[in-house]
Amino acid sequence: MKLVDNKTSRRTLLKSGTALAAASIAAPSLFVRKAGAAVTVVNDPGDSPTVTFGFNVPQTGAYADEGADELRAYQLAVKHINGEGDGGMLNTMSPKSLTGAGILGKKVEYVTGDTQTKSDAARASAKRMIEKDGAIMISGGSSSGVAVAVQSLAQEMGVIFMCGLTHSNDTTGKDKRRYGFRHFFNAYMSGEALAPVLAEEYGKDRKAYHLTADYTWGWTQEESIKNATEALGWETVEAVRTPLGAGDFSQYLTPVLNSGADVLILNHYGKDMVNSLTQAVQFGMRDMQVNGKQFEIVVPLFSRLMAQGAGDAIKGILGTTNWHWSLTDAGSQAFVKSFGQEYGFPPSQAAHTCYVQALLYANACEQAGTFYPPDVIRALEGFEFDGMGNGPTLYRAADHQCFKDVLVVRGKENPTSQFDLLEIVQIVPRAQVEYDPAIFGGELGPYEV
Amino acid sequence: MDAIFIQLLNGLDKGGAYALIALGLTLVFGTLGVVNFAHGALFMLGAFCAVAMHQLLNISEKVKDESITFFEAFKEQPYLEIWFGDTGTAILDYAVPISILLAIPVMLVIGLVMERGLIRHFYRRSHAEQILVTFGLAIVLQEVIKVLFGANPLPMSAPEIVSGSAPVGSWVGLGSGLVYPWWRLIYLLFSLVVIGGVFAFLRFTTYGMVVRAGMYDRETVGLLGINIERRFTIVFGLAAVVAGLAGVMYTPIVPPDYHLGMEFLVLSFVVVVVGGMGSLPGAVLAGFLLGVLQSFASMNEVTQLFPGIDQIIIYLVAVVVLLVRPRGLLGRKGLMET
Repeated sequence: MKLVDNKTSRRTLLKSGTALAAASIAAPSLFVRKAGAAVTVVNDPGDSPTVTFGFNVPQTGAYADEGADELRAYQLAVKHINGEGDGGMLNTMSPKSLTGAGILGKKVEYVTGDTQTKSDAARASAKRMIEKDGAIMISGGSSSGVAVAVQSLAQEMGVIFMCGLTHSNDTTGKDKRRYGFRHFFNAYMSGEALAPVLAEEYGKDRKAYHLTADYTWGWTQEESIKNATEALGWETVEAVRTPLGAGDFSQYLTPVLNSGADVLILNHYGKDMVNSLTQAVQFGMRDMQVNGKQFEIVVPLFSRLMAQGAGDAIKGILGTTNWHWSLTDAGSQAFVKSFGQEYGFPPSQAAHTCYVQALLYANACEQAGTFYPPDVIRALEGFEFDGMGNGPTLYRAADHQCFKDVLVVRGKENPTSQFDLLEIVQIVPRAQVEYDPAIFGGELGPYEV
Repeated sequence: MDAIFIQLLNGLDKGGAYALIALGLTLVFGTLGVVNFAHGALFMLGAFCAVAMHQLLNISEKVKDESITFFEAFKEQPYLEIWFGDTGTAILDYAVPISILLAIPVMLVIGLVMERGLIRHFYRRSHAEQILVTFGLAIVLQEVIKVLFGANPLPMSAPEIVSGSAPVGSWVGLGSGLVYPWWRLIYLLFSLVVIGGVFAFLRFTTYGMVVRAGMYDRETVGLLGINIERRFTIVFGLAAVVAGLAGVMYTPIVPPDYHLGMEFLVLSFVVVVVGGMGSLPGAVLAGFLLGVLQSFASMNEVTQLFPGIDQIIIYLVAVVVLLVRPRGLLGRKGLMET
């Protein structure tokens, strides 16, 4: 069989090419100009009865389980926005423009992408969802590296990005973008919330040793926790950077034994946290006495989903979390009920932030009465809301960071079930973790791109 | 002095793991001439033998947490504990060492099936093709494990009696505060025993002698009427068992996940190259040497002088060895030097 028909002349080819070019000009364009204004709306649904969201989550790689939980939350959010299911947080959210009939009368559909927890892969899948699948908004992710990369793409392409799990100060600091919004808390807030509890539990005369994941999130968390604890009188003995995904951290843990430090702070997340914490406990660091005090380990950012991997090692360890399923406010209860009944287990903090982000974007479009990004951005900027799990919350206009209460948690000593891993020590009020946006610099950039 | 001693111990402990994996890799390369990129996956499969055994022993009666109504939350108690009381608890406590009993036959079968079903068809193909097919196999194996066990690390604990730290400082006349985890010391001892066992097998048994002869001159051994292919198949199985046992015993050190093998793959190849392709003593020597070097390079005093050296030291050594002595530390003369 011949792959090329010899009878096909150059003229026929040229004709076909011209016809293809004409067809592509006639087809609906990716960029649609807003009526009466010299601006563009990417993937404007126009008269279509549906609008498409793009959920960009880690479906492969080390954070695949966390990504799967994010996707479950997004699917639930889409259901609730479209008026299906029990409505979840739409029953508790206030103020609320959504009516449970889609957005601006259009039913929400979604496409998914795989970030692989790699910046380049995440950008490529976001780009694909925008250019090929017609996504009007992108949301998701489980890493600050990914969030910063996708956020910058979102700004270039004029498509709003609602960040998933990202905790680096840079996301809404030096790398903030007009088209990027973060509901999740950040490293600064963890430091401000955690430090007073640390001082109360372990005293003000402590020597801390930091082990830090060597990338944007680790650096900002180390800085924030250092600043917060030093302000209380703690001394930082050493801060050592460890490669991401080191596996065996023993060569970084052995120097801690001779450093004179009496607290080890693990600025690690996910698998790194599971490994370094497990190994630190094996090195006897929970049983040591240094400087006449009990040696302590602190994990500033906890993830219940990943903490399961550390088993008994997390018991008694202090840290912070954005949200926990055991919260008893009406919003959290409504979400846990919907999610639990749908999937048979409680949602993670990653699932919570993604669910809320999808609802907030949808609500902003409904409120603005348009999908035109600058108007949606303005609706989100300075939006104050409640009933979504963390008390009264503000989407600050200056840096697109949400401000809300922060949870200080501790690994539970006697769990009552397989999901009962963390106990809430304190709900730190929003006022205690607020800060001047100028301290982290950065520029949001223009509304219109 | 305390710091140097503890880093040395740490290096030997790391080196034990490197040497065990590199040993199997070298064994396969030396006998079959196959560059097996799925060797790390065998290490990972060994670790998951321990996970499977742990899950099997921990089959539990579930008591519903009545305070939670939105989803199914349980407090679990293993049947072994319910049925056998303290004896059951003790069996659960020793889940990792018990897993060795499962890992040996399972890994042997996996090794034999792998060699018979796939690897043998690539004996006469180029190294590039061998790498492609074994790397592909490694990815398939890890994805299968991910489907079965999820992507998150799974906690495995050492028996209670050795879960703490040993006062190594007081043993050698240094500070009494100097401690090192018992399980890591056991791992070091275990790796030495396994390495010694493999060497004894090759050195002191007739079977091993034939294998060594086959490694040296396959054709002549074949002409003597010995079915060297079959012996090499068994050697592949043996390498799989060694990798698997290394994986089982490693689970209390690093909670295993599906990606565990890949983390060791590149490293173990560097160990083999530095030691000398096909040289078993070379692999062991290089394993321990690189482990110790990596540990010392991570000392704060060193990283302050040379930032980032802890992350590149192993590869730096590999580059120097390849430039100065391409056949590796104990490689056969002429190997990779032409």
